[in-house]
Amino acid sequence: MALVEIRDVSKSFKREAQTVDVYTDLNIDFEEGSYTALMGPSGSGKSTLLNLVAGLDRPTSGTVRVAGAEVSAMTPSQLADWRARTIGFVFQSYNLLPVLTAHQNVELPLLLTRLSKKERAERTALALDVVGLGDRVDHFPRQLSGGQEQRVAIARAIVADPTLILLDEPTGQLDSKSSEEVLILLRRLNDEFRKTIMMVTHDARAADNAKTVLHLEKGVLLERAGVEVGR
Amino acid sequence: MKFLPLVLANLRRHRLRTILTTASVALALFLFATLRSVTTTLDGGAQVSSASRMIVENSTAFVIPLPMSYAARLSSVPHVESVTWANWFGGKYGDGKKFFAQFAIAPESYLAMYPELQVPEDQKQAFLKERSAALIGEGLVRTFGWKVGDNVTLQGTIFPGDWTFTIRGIYHPTVKEYGDESFMFHYDYLYEKYPDRVTPGWFIMKIDDPNAAPAVAKTIDDEFRNSTAPTKTGTEKAFAAGWASMWGNVRLLMSTIGMAVVFAILLVTGNAMMMNQRERTSEVAVMKTVGFSDRRVFGLVIIEAAVISLTGAVLGLGAAVLMPIVTGFGGGFLPNFHVTPGTLLVGGVVALLLTVASGIFPAWQAAKLPVVQALRRVE
Repeated sequence: MALVEIRDVSKSFKREAQTVDVYTDLNIDFEEGSYTALMGPSGSGKSTLLNLVAGLDRPTSGTVRVAGAEVSAMTPSQLADWRARTIGFVFQSYNLLPVLTAHQNVELPLLLTRLSKKERAERTALALDVVGLGDRVDHFPRQLSGGQEQRVAIARAIVADPTLILLDEPTGQLDSKSSEEVLILLRRLNDEFRKTIMMVTHDARAADNAKTVLHLEKGVLLERAGVEVGR
Repeated sequence: MKFLPLVLANLRRHRLRTILTTASVALALFLFATLRSVTTTLDGGAQVSSASRMIVENSTAFVIPLPMSYAARLSSVPHVESVTWANWFGGKYGDGKKFFAQFAIAPESYLAMYPELQVPEDQKQAFLKERSAALIGEGLVRTFGWKVGDNVTLQGTIFPGDWTFTIRGIYHPTVKEYGDESFMFHYDYLYEKYPDRVTPGWFIMKIDDPNAAPAVAKTIDDEFRNSTAPTKTGTEKAFAAGWASMWGNVRLLMSTIGMAVVFAILLVTGNAMMMNQRERTSEVAVMKTVGFSDRRVFGLVIIEAAVISLTGAVLGLGAAVLMPIVTGFGGGFLPNFHVTPGTLLVGGVVALLLTVASGIFPAWQAAKLPVVQALRRVE
């Protein structure tokens, strides 16, 4: 069953006087429980695709549906609520809030829920345990290594138990050991916790970790073998 | 409440900046409340003045005295029940750093004229009997530790020489606005030393009908219009208001300075809030990505501005309330100087306006921040 449905999506940007088309009439589905790596050259629209799915950006035309909800038709306020419940987002540069501890960073999405303080604390502790940082709860981002920061970011992305986890170059700033730890964690989230994952990456090892690898080139999605799966 | 740790964490990001901004707000509200209290204290004196008492002063200038012979003529004016008089002494005690008002009074008639000044009967009799006796307010007891029976020597400035008095009574004002830091002694004691110079500074009259005040004033001023000491007669309330006006247009001056200070601080606070927001562009984008709505982001920035403004307000207004208690500010010149609840309320409103004015633009910017562009700048 398709969790993410992209139908006839076109996206273009205005760059000075010119209009740059990223996709024209893109169609593709991402199944529930899938783990997909999106690869492709810079400027091919990989991150834009994640932004469209997360409702951070709007398509020029076409529809994006996630878990039955039409993302592209929601108001900004509806999108905020929906994102809090449905999406976990991980950035290349971690983007933890430097003034908050690991625990407070992970708890951030839960502040938007009706959970009690005790319930929030329990779920935050669980998420940090899942990423193997149960002993770093009171550390600030500056006191953590890059790999640890990214794992805190992943804990923040999963703490609200979202349907879909979106990652934009999650290993882009990590050394090989830390990358390995993060990739193992992502695989575990997909295998054990049945999380649907879409990951943009330039890293071949990260792509190998995924179950499906798609290449985005000139507005066309191709499977690794060169078979076109979306246009 | 669950967002409070987030707000406080953001305020701790640049502790020094937050402390300095809060201190600026506190200083602005301290000055605002103190300056406003000068005018409310002056107004307060006028408000509590008796409607049945009138003051006769020299129309040329308040500091020019009037002939003693006027006392009898004033007593014969219709509606006038009683007359007393007083004179400004203008001495200093010790190094003179602590100012308090001193008056030479006609003892019996003056105390009868001002029932608001309560004196124990035995002390009152002792004061009335002795020519060099002094009657002091409770405030001077607190300030100097004087007690009944103490001899106190003042150095005269208008009437030169050392003037030694024996404290025979301590008064308690039933109306705070009358102040409790006055030093009163017998007019005759002053007159004896300077018979050629001393005449009453002003007369105080009690009338039987407050509604007759305008007619009484006209009768008296008409009678003395062509004399060597023409008079200006008015109600005690008008006299108190006139005393305030001697300071110049105090209200305009004080309110102008107060609002200028507040406006300057608005710019400082607004600038600090803008800097905070500019530095947090990526963080706001991340918060929106995890599900914070525009409205919630707007609210969080406003709450940050409110924490700064309201903390500053509590500190500044609190200091303004405590200042006259701790330092004795006001004392002789501004009896019962204090910050009124009205001033605290206005200060609170100013703090709220400061919150809105300093926070609204950065909050609006944060709320309208396009997430994708902000993230692209960071990534």
